[in-house]
Amino acid sequence: MAKELWKGNEAIAEAAIRAGCRCYFGYPITPQSEIPEYMSLHMPEAGGVFLQSESEIAAINMVYGASGAGARVMTSSSSPGISLKQEGISYMCGAELPGVIVNVMRGGPGLGTIQPAQGDYYQATRGGGNGDYRLIVFAPANIQEVVDLMQEAFELADKYRMPVMMLLDGMIGQMMEPVEWKRPALSPEDLPAKPWATTGTKGERRPNIINSLFINPDACNDHNRHLEEKYQRVIENEQRYEINDADEAEVLFVAYGTPARLARAAARLLGEEGIKAGVFRPITVWPYPYEALHEAASKESVRAVVTVEMSTGQMVDDVRIGVNGIKPVSFVGQAGGVIPTPREVADAARKALGR
Amino acid sequence: MAYNEIIVAGFGGQGVMSIGTTMAEAAMSQGLNVSWLPSYGPEMRGGTANCCVVIADSEIISPIVLEPSELIAMNQPSLDKFEPAVKPGGLILVNKSIVERGIRRDDVRAVYVPSLEIASELGNMRVANMVMLGAYIEATKQLKFETVINMLRHIFTGKKAHLVELNEIALQRGAACSSGL
Amino acid sequence: MAIVYQKTKGLTDAETHYCPGCTHGIIHKLVAESLEELGVLEKTVGIAPVGCSVFAYDYFNCDMLEAAHGRAPAVATGVKRVLPDHVVFTYQGDGDLAAIGTAEIVHAAMRGEKITTIFVNNAIYGMTGGQMAPTTLVGQRATTAPLGRDRNHAGSPIRMAEILATLDGAAYIERVTVISPSHIMKAKRAIKKAFELQMEGRGFTMIEVLSSCPTNWGLTPVNALNWLNENMIPVFPLGVFKDVTKEEV
Ligand SMILES: Cc1ncc(C[n+]2csc(CCOP(=O)(O)OP(=O)(O)O)c2C)c(N)n1
Ligand code: SF4
Repeated sequence: MAKELWKGNEAIAEAAIRAGCRCYFGYPITPQSEIPEYMSLHMPEAGGVFLQSESEIAAINMVYGASGAGARVMTSSSSPGISLKQEGISYMCGAELPGVIVNVMRGGPGLGTIQPAQGDYYQATRGGGNGDYRLIVFAPANIQEVVDLMQEAFELADKYRMPVMMLLDGMIGQMMEPVEWKRPALSPEDLPAKPWATTGTKGERRPNIINSLFINPDACNDHNRHLEEKYQRVIENEQRYEINDADEAEVLFVAYGTPARLARAAARLLGEEGIKAGVFRPITVWPYPYEALHEAASKESVRAVVTVEMSTGQMVDDVRIGVNGIKPVSFVGQAGGVIPTPREVADAARKALGR
Repeated sequence: MAYNEIIVAGFGGQGVMSIGTTMAEAAMSQGLNVSWLPSYGPEMRGGTANCCVVIADSEIISPIVLEPSELIAMNQPSLDKFEPAVKPGGLILVNKSIVERGIRRDDVRAVYVPSLEIASELGNMRVANMVMLGAYIEATKQLKFETVINMLRHIFTGKKAHLVELNEIALQRGAACSSGL
Repeated sequence: MAIVYQKTKGLTDAETHYCPGCTHGIIHKLVAESLEELGVLEKTVGIAPVGCSVFAYDYFNCDMLEAAHGRAPAVATGVKRVLPDHVVFTYQGDGDLAAIGTAEIVHAAMRGEKITTIFVNNAIYGMTGGQMAPTTLVGQRATTAPLGRDRNHAGSPIRMAEILATLDGAAYIERVTVISPSHIMKAKRAIKKAFELQMEGRGFTMIEVLSSCPTNWGLTPVNALNWLNENMIPVFPLGVFKDVTKEEV
């Protein structure tokens, strides 16, 4: 199929509709407002629901309701708005409700800046809400990948009955790249049945209940064990990553999203000086591909592992867990909406190699 | 190997973003890889705006352009800001109609385009950007006039079909500014 | 030479970032002049919202706090409870006050919180680029209501002055606008009165100001004022909705 030029945010919205999502709830916030704007026109055209909520808190709870009612549903926001959704996300995890949450990250903390950043890594991967829960978190690095992963995000959400987060940054949301719609568009009739949904008993079954309250601690413990087993299955089956130019690499960059592209640009600069650099890019940041990273870092040629982030250093914790001390791990990054330059990244690599 | 990294910069409302998207669309339809990255934020209201366009026949690594091979400076602040960043041997297209100075570097090439004067001669100020684009295409030979004209045929249909020819002339007039290069 | 007009000390010399023709600037000036004339600038604490007026902390020449989107009345409550003899105000847009911050404003008013809220209603989200606000008129286009606000789908405009006036904690609630010199003078009197009643400890006070957003309405500044006059005032009637001083008579 022919390639089309798409803006990241609009591509996300279109990909969701093509994934059979017919329900969107959200609240405007830069740099992702093009998502609700696109949805406001195209969701009704597709026969779906678009609703601008009064807040992000309301939006995520509308998602809770629509998901409970069996719909393929999504919301989107940017960092400060995602903070407000944390309660709802915790409830969705507790009640085992699927849904897709898009976070087009900007600089924080607080109101921060509207420029691209990655300061929400902890919030996404460690959970910003209460309780023992996890989200599947995809971190695409280009618009084609965003589009490809969107359908998968909805599928995994339904499969595991848990929310999936698309973790992007403002740059991916705002930029345009060619997109090919590889998979056929789904309509809601194509989607798997949800016998657990609260769609009315119609006199044919006992009432379904969607709930995260287990007042008896033993029952709550059992529920947590059940969730944990599910998360283990996700860990076993759903890790995604990409490795570039790792053969004979002296330095291994680890980065997700936009910084992975900067790291590859830095690797080119280093290559011009005869320093071989590879890039390990997690595509799921939860579950984190620890073992694959460990293997890449254990290669004999690798002398230093350098993590690149648009934050003051959050994913670097996971890199340390994965590398587990076999190679030195260092960090380079900028926060608050400033994007590190490939030169800075290359400098950090030279420093890590002691040159 | 072609790898063009372009910054288009000017005042918000000058059509800076659309020059960039037109270039990206054209490059894509020629089978090249492209990316387009806008500046965004409240400063766009009447303030300065810019976009980065990368056009390549290989994989595009980063869409962020820090050292452009080509700069299209639609106003003076943009020239002031981005001139020092242009790669040695690179190209600066200056919108001569409102930029008062010449370039300061001697290791880059410059083309001066009186886009507004040409547009007013053609009787439609909206084609000023097409004039700039024509100058760019002629100077770099990365994109084909034909591609852009085909795109225009898709955009301007029915009652607006006559605009294709006007834009085509604007492209040619712009190209003429680069012909001495 | 005698000075006949001087810029108020209530505003700093910072150049504002508002679009040409936006009436946020006039409203700032009225608030600042009132505080100056009442001689309370030094003991005033203002709360800036999230919206086009987010940078108000750079413009008002008094202590200022920046709050999360919609939470200014809660922040103001915290300030006022610590500094009960100070003048505390919030300056909020319609998205901030009437969408995400509805709970905070209703409860501040219910408690009779002795603060003054300047509510700038421009029927749109300015800062984020023209999305629908709870005050957007039926049929009015917005970037998230591309075909115009549909009553069936998104309801009708919320009238905050009327709603809050039903609460016993509210001491003074008036809706004004700034589309002509006489309207501006009236708005000024309303704002000053609200501050006075706050200082007398009478309760919660709010002045709703109908304001223009030429940029996101897609109108010239003058046409924007005309549009406001013809379309907003019929939906948001001007007037006093609550005045405790009148109730006593
Ligand atoms: C939690 C959160 N959600 C959303 C935003 C994005 N946002 C910034 S301003 C704004 C609305 C502004 O509209 P309004 O309050 O009407 O003020 P105006 O800009 O029109 O003066 C929104 C939604 C944010 N900063 N924080
Ligand atoms: S966007 Fe609207 S409300 Fe904001 S400064 Fe501009 S005119 Fe004023």
